[in-house]
Amino acid sequence: MENAKLIPWFILLNPLIAAALILFATRRDHGASTVISVMSAFFGLAASAVAMTLPEVHSSVLWLNLPGLEVPLGVSIDHLSRVMLIVVTGIGFLVHLYSTVYMEHDESKARFFGHLSLFMFSMLGIVLADNFAMMFIFWELVGVSSYLLIGHWFTRDAAGKAANKAFLMNRIGDFGFMLGILMLWSTVGTVTFAGLAEKNAVATLTANPWFLSVALLCIFCGTLGKSAQFPLHTWLPDAMEGPTPVSALIHAATMVAAGVFMLVRVAFLIGLSPCAAEVISWVGGITALLAALMATQQDDIKRILAYSTLSQLGYMVMAIGLAPDPHGGAAMFHLFTHAFFKALLFLGAGAVIHALHHEQDIWNMGGLRKHMPKTALTFAIGTAALTGFPLLSGFWSKDAILAAAYDHSKVLFGLGLFVAVLTAFYMTRLFVVAFLGKPRTEAAHHGHDCPARMTTPLIILAVLSVIAAYGTTHWFFAHEHGINWIVATLATGAFAVGTFAGYTIYNGKDREPLSLPLFRNKFYFDEIYGAIVAGTQDVLAYIAAGVDALISGMGRALGYAAWGAGFTLRLLQFGNLQGYAFIFGLGVVGLIYFLIFR
Amino acid sequence: MSALNLIVLLPILNAIVVMLGAPARKSALLSSWAQLALSILALLNYDRTLGGYQFKTTLHVAPEWNLNLFMGADGLSLVMLFLTALVTLAAVWVTPKIEKRENLFYACVLLISGGAAGAFASLDLFFFYAFHELALVPTFLLIGIWGSGERQLAAWKITIYLAIGSIILLVGLTKLYLAIPVAARTFDMTKLPALAKGISAADQASIYIWLLVGFGVLISLFPFHSWAAPAYASAPTPAAMLHAGVLKKFGLYGLIRLAVPMLPEGAKHWATLLLVLLVCNILYIGLVTIAQKRLDTMLGYSSVMHMGYIFLGIAAGNVIGVSGAAMLMLAHGLSIAALFAMCGTLRQSSPSLAFTSMGGVAKHAPFLGYAFGMAAFASIGLPGFANFASEMMVFFGSFKTGATPGALTFSGLQIATICGLWGVVISAVYMLRAYRKIFQGEPLVGSELVKDPSCCVRWPVILLLAALMLGGLWPKSFLNFIQPSVEALIAK
Repeated sequence: MENAKLIPWFILLNPLIAAALILFATRRDHGASTVISVMSAFFGLAASAVAMTLPEVHSSVLWLNLPGLEVPLGVSIDHLSRVMLIVVTGIGFLVHLYSTVYMEHDESKARFFGHLSLFMFSMLGIVLADNFAMMFIFWELVGVSSYLLIGHWFTRDAAGKAANKAFLMNRIGDFGFMLGILMLWSTVGTVTFAGLAEKNAVATLTANPWFLSVALLCIFCGTLGKSAQFPLHTWLPDAMEGPTPVSALIHAATMVAAGVFMLVRVAFLIGLSPCAAEVISWVGGITALLAALMATQQDDIKRILAYSTLSQLGYMVMAIGLAPDPHGGAAMFHLFTHAFFKALLFLGAGAVIHALHHEQDIWNMGGLRKHMPKTALTFAIGTAALTGFPLLSGFWSKDAILAAAYDHSKVLFGLGLFVAVLTAFYMTRLFVVAFLGKPRTEAAHHGHDCPARMTTPLIILAVLSVIAAYGTTHWFFAHEHGINWIVATLATGAFAVGTFAGYTIYNGKDREPLSLPLFRNKFYFDEIYGAIVAGTQDVLAYIAAGVDALISGMGRALGYAAWGAGFTLRLLQFGNLQGYAFIFGLGVVGLIYFLIFR
Repeated sequence: MSALNLIVLLPILNAIVVMLGAPARKSALLSSWAQLALSILALLNYDRTLGGYQFKTTLHVAPEWNLNLFMGADGLSLVMLFLTALVTLAAVWVTPKIEKRENLFYACVLLISGGAAGAFASLDLFFFYAFHELALVPTFLLIGIWGSGERQLAAWKITIYLAIGSIILLVGLTKLYLAIPVAARTFDMTKLPALAKGISAADQASIYIWLLVGFGVLISLFPFHSWAAPAYASAPTPAAMLHAGVLKKFGLYGLIRLAVPMLPEGAKHWATLLLVLLVCNILYIGLVTIAQKRLDTMLGYSSVMHMGYIFLGIAAGNVIGVSGAAMLMLAHGLSIAALFAMCGTLRQSSPSLAFTSMGGVAKHAPFLGYAFGMAAFASIGLPGFANFASEMMVFFGSFKTGATPGALTFSGLQIATICGLWGVVISAVYMLRAYRKIFQGEPLVGSELVKDPSCCVRWPVILLLAALMLGGLWPKSFLNFIQPSVEALIAK
């Protein structure tokens, strides 16, 4: 049993050691750095597989121990973290493998792998954390590693800007998150999840429902940032400036899902506050809808997928609000299946971008089906899973969310169904334009499947996208849940309508036939936020700087006044020690004066 | 003669030797290494099970006034001495070739270190004050003689401000001394807290405000902060490192050592004022920092801003908050010293420190890109560095005081905490923007001139960052010393 406690610690620390080794020792040796990082990802996967077989394990040490504040560093393997571990380390390993080819000729390959391992460490910390404070620590650390990886090609101005934007949006969310943690802690006196779930703590928290709602919504702000929910969603599409494997791992499968994971961790509290749950479900629903609308008019293959990720995360958040289930529920189920097919889609997009020499505009592709058959087939499977093609993994998990909506809110159910239509529509558009028809550019003619180390992850993920929903539902639901035939039929109908519309509109087209500037320009959120920042922060900073010049000027006036006092002139002859000795002496004399003549 | 005396005496004696003509850089380096070794030795030899003040030595100076050179250290002072020694070593190490009056330059640097160490090691109120004054004078000289830009104006401003601040502080300390019954009057800081129990609330309030303003000027508390940014921008690198990193902490140390245990009623009386001022330090100065267009003034203002968090911890008045404040003094000192050290490197090779004239520096100077990034991340409170752990303690501590569990009403301190949390967003705005402009993007013309620094800058920066990471990953390494001292101070 004692040995079992070492396993979560090993899972947590192993990527940290790899990252430290690479960043501090082997940064100049690309080969060694790659091997270290990939090996550590493999060990992480192996250890997580072992953890699946273990009973629940918990181990912690006190990190801070002050009167009234105990912050443990605790790792726990339970039903939630087990599933998440497999997702993170499994996809993590595949992405590492894939990156060995994708980043082969990058001049900062070692740095890339170092940061990737750092990300694994941070993400696994969130997964294993047994308390809010530790989760916040790793929450910030994933923010850092995401910043570093988005800005990997830092000499590109857009990459630096996107990295900054991601970090700042997350910090705004974390402002609320930390405040929420403080509110809960100041009431209950503990930051551990187990402590918050105790009877007394729950009784104290529910004594004032408003307080609990506000605290939970503050904590939910963390999710707004990390999972890029409306209104803090604008950073995720820009984050596509990072290398594509990063987009697959961090900005599709794992880190952005951390917000959902965190909400599931505190689902027992959300369940106690109908008001907070309502807000959460609506924020999720609105995000799902807005992002899906924006996705219909994007041309960059990665951005389409990014908006799709936003939309699917919105589904998950909505599901938590509708039916908070500490066991995971529909939200965790969808998180699980989505991780596979979205990682697959991103890695497929990466294979296309790699083969076409950094071409990302789908209108410059076309006909890739012939030249890249393996990529096209796996991409098709990913698309089918995402759009809810019957019996694939995405179908089941989306069905679970829609069923929850059907039971709790008919409005959100309608909204969810409409988003399903849109999802099928924009994904069909993407697939038809990029993979079907004739090549539209020279680069698209010369597309080719990538080496085995890149296609193998695609094939594995494609298989998982098909089967992931079978035999795994008991991880997410305490009770066997039957299929809701009405919902399933309607969802299948939504899939059919969306796919049919997408196919008929886009098949054989060489240019965008629809023009919807509102969606194309993402509802002008970036412009609006830019104006808000310029109108508030920049103006305030300008005013503050002006006021400060004034205060500073008064200090200067003081200086001139003293200047006039004669003796100071001598002080200005710098190098003249007496002046300073004089001031020093003045102090001492003053002290003595007060002592003697009090 | 204990290790403690040596930590103070070494730099002072060395300054004299250097003035007499000894090879300046070599002897300064040697004595700072010795000082660092001694400060670590003192930490290791400090008996934590016993606690309290240890390594006590007394030299009678003026028995008729009960005036003694009384030295001793508890965990808090030892951590501050470690900070002093480490930053001194880094400051001496990174000093570039000095063209004029090299010996005087190093003597000044050493005197700052000796003065600061003396203040942290003194248990006698008079010498506590006098050592700080001893350290101030060479600071003015360094800025005035070896500074850059508008050095005369900057030197003049800091001189006026800090001299006035010192005099206000002196009045406050004298009032404190006089508030104790004649028969019991003493400069002994170990005995003062017990004696101060008898001071009435009204007297406490009137003493406290003098101390707050006096120390406040030295710490750059709003609105007494205008000396800081220009002084740090003009100061030669080692002076900026030592003043912002170490000497400025004297005021905070004084508040924790004197005001927290002796004047609790006074603190209560002026609590609202302090909260308003410290929120100005965080939010208002934060905005001013955003408006800065040069790296050196931006770092100067950011250092002013971060004082607000330390004040917040002190205002919390509980063990969590004050320990966090003390830990943040260490963390801020280390991180700002590292930032100023690298800012100095940039100043030497880059044509200008304006954000618009730099870009892509990380491409040609990867070490600088990394190390500056780490120090910048440390200073904006990212986990893994001591600043995060300290700020977390400060926030927890200050949010606890005056909290009504389960109610949606916030006390003044809690509102200040919320403002402080927003300050964390502000500091990310200016720090990341500066980092992006300087280090990321396509290298601008002139930026390719910036190459990675020599070992003389690398190693000190690495040492500072390593200490920050030690405190960040395992806060107890320092907290084990700080916390019992703070508990003792607050219990009284």
